Parts: sequence; structure tokens; C-alpha cells
Amino acid sequence: MQLDEFFVTGEPLIYAGMVSIALVTISILFFLTYYKKWGWLWREWLTTVDHKKIGIMYILSALAMLFRGGVDAMMMRTQLAFPNMNFLNAQHYDEIFTTHGTVMIIFMAMPFLIGLMNFVVPLQIGARDVAFPYLNALSFWSFLFGAMLFNISFVIGGSPDAGWTSYTPLAGAAMSPGPGQNFYLLGLQLSGIGTLATGINFMVTILKMRAPKMRMFQMPIFTWSTLITSFIIVFAFPILTVALALMTLDRVFGAQFFTLTGEGMPMMWANLFWMWGHPEVYIVILPAFGIFSEVISAFARKQLFGYKAMVWAIILIAGLSFLVWVHHFFTMGAGAFVNSVFSISTMLIAVPTGVKIFNWLGTLYKSKINNTVAMMWALAFIPSFVIGGVTGVMLGMASADYQFHNTYFLVAHFHYVLIAGTVFACFSGLVFWYPKMFGHKLNERLGRWSFWFFVIGFHVCFFPQYFVGLDGMPRRVFTIIPEWMPLNVISTVGAFGMGAGFAIFVFTILYSYRYSEREKTGDSWDNGRTLEWATPTPVPFYNFATLPHIDSQDAYVKLKQEGKTTFEEDKVEPIHMPSNTGQPFIMMAFMFIAGFGLVFEWMWMAIGGLLAVFVMMVIRSFDYDEGFHVEVDEIKRTERSARRL
Amino acid sequence: MSSHELKTGPLEYRTEEGRLTILGFWIFLGAEIVLFATLFATYAVLFGRTADAPSPGELFEAKTLMIMTFMLLTSSFTCGIAIHEMRRGSVKGLRNWMIVTLLLGLGFLGFEIYEFIHYAHEGATLQSSAYWSSFFTLAGTHGLHVTLGIGWVTLLLIQLTQRGLTPKTSRKFFVIGLYWHFLDVVWIFIFTSVYLIGMVV
Repeated sequence: MQLDEFFVTGEPLIYAGMVSIALVTISILFFLTYYKKWGWLWREWLTTVDHKKIGIMYILSALAMLFRGGVDAMMMRTQLAFPNMNFLNAQHYDEIFTTHGTVMIIFMAMPFLIGLMNFVVPLQIGARDVAFPYLNALSFWSFLFGAMLFNISFVIGGSPDAGWTSYTPLAGAAMSPGPGQNFYLLGLQLSGIGTLATGINFMVTILKMRAPKMRMFQMPIFTWSTLITSFIIVFAFPILTVALALMTLDRVFGAQFFTLTGEGMPMMWANLFWMWGHPEVYIVILPAFGIFSEVISAFARKQLFGYKAMVWAIILIAGLSFLVWVHHFFTMGAGAFVNSVFSISTMLIAVPTGVKIFNWLGTLYKSKINNTVAMMWALAFIPSFVIGGVTGVMLGMASADYQFHNTYFLVAHFHYVLIAGTVFACFSGLVFWYPKMFGHKLNERLGRWSFWFFVIGFHVCFFPQYFVGLDGMPRRVFTIIPEWMPLNVISTVGAFGMGAGFAIFVFTILYSYRYSEREKTGDSWDNGRTLEWATPTPVPFYNFATLPHIDSQDAYVKLKQEGKTTFEEDKVEPIHMPSNTGQPFIMMAFMFIAGFGLVFEWMWMAIGGLLAVFVMMVIRSFDYDEGFHVEVDEIKRTERSARRL
Repeated sequence: MSSHELKTGPLEYRTEEGRLTILGFWIFLGAEIVLFATLFATYAVLFGRTADAPSPGELFEAKTLMIMTFMLLTSSFTCGIAIHEMRRGSVKGLRNWMIVTLLLGLGFLGFEIYEFIHYAHEGATLQSSAYWSSFFTLAGTHGLHVTLGIGWVTLLLIQLTQRGLTPKTSRKFFVIGLYWHFLDVVWIFIFTSVYLIGMVV
């Protein structure tokens, strides 16, 4: 292979990308060396097994991916603003909508939520870490290396261009030769390992490691949504694993699953993909519902209205999520009976979702709303998400779907649910838990600016797309006709508004790091209802000096009333904690090498990488590290200084 | 993360770490069931799509299959005895029965490799048709699991010699016991729904 086949050439935008990647990398290396931070990076971050630090790393990576996916989005909107734009050519446009979708779902939405879960859930249930801290680090590194493998595709080898759904036969070896599609398969496979492990980890953590006496129906609602999400992950991700493996066998080893030769069945891919893909949608929306519930009940200063109904609604949605996958391809021609069944199951999902909307409205009803930025994101979510939900029911009607299918109506719908649902929740949750993570709040004034830019930009961008979709504009076209121009121009303006909102958000982080007042208590908003606010800020690495007995929902409200804390001096005992380890990082780095080899079909590299992974697993098997104990004196010293006693 | 150790009950359940790991592994097996279910579904959908390659009925041999099935089912039984010996506190019993399990697993694997090579000679490979792709992937994934299991047991036998029976080593053996029985269950489904049906249709 020649060097000019290895690197992507001939595109000025991509050359600019290469230069900026090189500059960023060089400046990071320079700063780490100049300030002698390599040891710090290795000891504090790369080898950590602390769920709080892993959560923060997840969130930072997700923000970087949000930037990458956002740049993709704005390039697409620029190209579509006017007819016959020559900003991107067809090939480049195809690559960009593919990476935009994949990055946003797999490498932004999920990691962002998993990051929040990692940070918050053990604190909410009164645990000192997750059940398997080593595995947790492994999950994070598998996600990050998977994301890197996918992202380098645009400078090395060329990006995939068959859409984030990667339908066969288009995505097969015959019609998409070269490494592009392999990047998709291996990048997702690598990060999927970590997601599955996260699902198992959180299930065991929540089922087995709750504070003494905390019953299931006393758990905070975000913990509940994490538990149910973990169930969905465990039962949906293996389907993706298999689907990706089968397509890899097709493309790299010449199997005939989804091919047009050898009696293969291309449409089986669509089925397998969406049997994972639809539950995946709920993997990114249920934790978002959990976040909104926490934020709304904290800033409405009330217990969540209809807690049990909310829990059952989440469970019902999780069950139904496995029974609706065909609605993604009603037009495939499965016949009236099959379409009717899936049409009904799809519309059924609106019922438990509607219940949840009333839970939130009921919580807000007659409450004294504390209008913080976190709360504003949650309040903006309710009406916006309802618009997305109602149009979802329209799409769910099989006969009407023949009209909407593959148009911008659909594009508008899923951006309304995924942005108003998931992205608003990520911002809301990050703002809400930020003081617990970093010891200071985000500046509220700037936060409002970023909120209004983003939310207004969002509606301006996507609301017109419903109409341009009804006017017949198909998705995934790289150029528009003059009739669609006015609405597209409006849409592009909105997209740049969202971009400005995001930029202000990033600026807020930098500004607040410098100027925000440092937190003095653990209960940053004075409204904390759940156990994470009972810890001091910054949270000690062992989380809780002593574990409170829980006998009610909203445990911290009761603790406050009784004047209790999570530091009862006479009850402190030595705490057992796991040791840091660099193994997960190294193991996944080898996995990255193996994946990279397979992408280019260099078998020596793939096999070499896999062998190194096995060696790391053997090392792990012989590793009988028992962790260490934090002594009583140290705990008392830490708590006294953190609580300013 | 409590490190309090119980004084009674099976060794593998005495530490919190042991209890958490065993539950985690059960959930992992749940995910494995979905993985194999997807492969079975793929196989069922692609059944009969042999294109120009031979049909399964022409290639499957009842005799080899019976031997393979006998070996794997017996290995599951010996694995059960090994865990029983472990519960009785017998290092020797655990080790010997695990070695028997290992040998039976190796025998199964040998026959499977022979079988695959034989089919390849007859013109049925991963590349020859959709049906054979799904067959080799399903049976091959099971075979790969058995291979990994054999490597895993070997590592644990070394650790058993080094450390004897502790809550941690016995937890590891208990977990691989679960894994091994699971592979046995999957084989029963492969034997019936792939081989038996493939032979008669």
C-alpha cells in the first residue's frame, strides 16, 4: 500500500483537519512535558479505577465528540443552505452524515450518560465504588480507543460512507471496498465491549451494593433508570456484537451473510441492526428521563409526583423497546399483518411515556420553582420532547409512514427526541452535578446565554425540517432544489445558533474554573434530596466514611431533618478500596492495534494485537492484588478537613 | 467494598467480592444467551440457502456427532463432580476431575476441527454460501468458547497448585464451572436444531 492510499488526500478541509490534529497533539505533548505532568497523568487518570474520575473522563471525551459531531453537522447545514452549493462534494457529504450519526449516538450520547451514571449512581445508593472497578476502567478505555479508531478514519484510510445504519448490500465489500466501512465495524465493536461490561457492572452494583436497608423502591429515580438501562444494554448489545461480527466476516473473510451472491440476505442486516438499534434509542433516553426527574424534583423542591408509576413506566418502555424494531423499515415490504403488529406496539410506547410527562407536570404543579440553568434545560425539555413524541406516533402509523419514510420529517423527529431528550439532559445533568464533580458551580449568567442560544437555535433548525420533509425533501441528499431553499436557510441559521450555544457552554466551563466561588458545603443547591449531596465536596475517594441506614425515599431529606451525616465519628471503620492499575489501559491499547490491523486487513497486526491482549488477560488472571485499607485516622482527618469541622 | 469474610457456607460465596463476581457472571451468561440466540436466528433464517455448495444432509455424519456429543456431555458431568469435590475441600479431587474435563473438551475440539476440515474438502466453507457461513459461524463460535474455556481452566489449575483452595480460587473454579455447563447447554441446542434437523431435511 502506498502512503497516499494510507492517508486521505486531495481535500483541503481534511488537510486542515490533519494540521489541527497535529497541532493539538503537539501542544498537549509539549504542555505535559513542560509542566512535568506525565507522572500525574499516569497515576491520577490513566491508571485510576475510581468511578468518579472515570465518570469525569467519560464526560470530557463525550464533550470532545459532541464538538466533532457538531462540526460535521454545521458542515452539512452549510452545504444544504442553498441549491448547488459546492462546499462539499457528494462523497464527502456522505462520509460526513455517516460519521455525524455514528459519533453522536455511540461516542457522544451514550458515553455522556454513562459518565454521569458513573459519577452519580454509586453516590446515590451509598456505595464506595462500583461492583467491578477494574472492569469499569476497562469499559472506559475500550470506549475511548474504539472512538479513536473510528475518528482517525477521516485522515487515515477514509471514512465510512454508508450511513450510520450501514445497510447492506451498500455497506458490503462489493459496493464499499476499502477500509472505510471496516473502521465503522471495528470501532463500534471495540467500544461495544465496554458498553456491555458497563451494563453488567451497574446491574450488580445497584442490585447488591445499596446502603444498608435501602429498598429497591426507595432508590433515586436516576438509579432506577440506570438499572433498567443496564438491563437493556445486557440484552441488546450482544445483538450488535453479532451483527458487526457477521458483517466483518463478510467483508474481511468472504462470508455470504448479507451479500447478493451465495444466497445471502441483505435485509437481514436491517433486522439485526434495528433489533439492537431500537433498544439503543431507549438506552440513551431512559437515563435522560432519570436526570430530568432528579432535576425537576430538586428545583421544584418536592418529592417526585407518582414515583411508582414512573418506575413502572420505565420498566414497560424497556420491555416494549424490544418489540418495535420493524417500524424502522415499514417500507421494506413485510406485509400488512407484520406492519400492523409493529405499528401497534410502537404506538403503545406513547402510553408509558405520556405517564411520565404527567409525573413531571404533577411535580411542578403548585411548586415553588427555583429557576436555575439546570432546571431551565429540564423545563425546555418537556414541550420540545412532546413535539418529538407526537411526530413519532405519526411515523409509527405504518400506512402514513410510506409518506414520511426517508424524508426530513423523520430527520426532524429523531433530532427532536434525541436533542430535546438526551442532549438537554446531558447539559442539565452536567450543570446540576458539576459542583459535586469539580467543587464549583458553572456561572449561571453565561449558562443562561448558552441555554437560550442552544434551545432557540434547536427549534429554528429542526422545526422547519418537518415541513421541508412533507414537501418531499429526502434525507441524505447532498444538494437541494430551489423550492426547498427558504426552509433550509432558516434551518442552517438555527444550526449555527446551536453551535454558538455550545461554544458559550465551553467558555462557561473555562470562565467558571477561574472565577466561580468554591463550594463550601456538600449540598451545593441547598435542595439536595438524594445521598450524593450528603457527601462533602470534594468527595473523598472512598465516598462515605460511614453508611447511613436508609428507610425512606429521598434519603438525604430525612438525614437533614434528623441532623445526621455520613460521618459518624464513633462508627468509622477501616475501608477496603481497590488498587489503581494500568492493565485496562494497556489491554485496550493492544485491542486498538488489533482493530487497526483488521481494518486494513493486515492479519499479522491483527493477530499480534490479539495475542498481546491474551497475554494481558493471563497477567490479570494471575494478579491476586487484594486492594488496600484506608485507616480510621486517615478517614477522620479527611472528613474533618472536607467538612470544615 | 466490605472485606468481612463469612465463616460458614460455600467458600466461593464467603467474601463480598465472590458474591458480586458470581452474580456478575450469571448476568454475563444472560448476555451470552442473547449472543447465541442471535446466531441461531441467523442460522434459521439462512437455512436451506446453500447455493452451489453441498447440502448439510450430504455432509453431516451421525457417528462423529454422537462421539462429540458424548464427550462434551460427559465433560459437563465431570466438571460437576469437580465442583462437588471442591465443596468437600478436596484439592486433589478438584484438580483430577478438572483435568478429565479438560481432556474431554480437547477431544471434542479435535473432532470439531477434523469435521470442519472434512467439510472444507467437500466444498463447504465459510465462503461457499449463506447457509454455510451461518453454520460455521454458529458452530465455530461455540468451538471458540470451548477453546477459551480450555485455556482458562489450564490457568486456574496452575493457580490451584500455587495457592490451594481459597475463597478467591474457589470462586474462579465455580465461575468456570458455570461457563462450562453453559457451553454444554448451547451444544445441546446446536446438536438438535443444527445437526439433527440438518441430517433429516
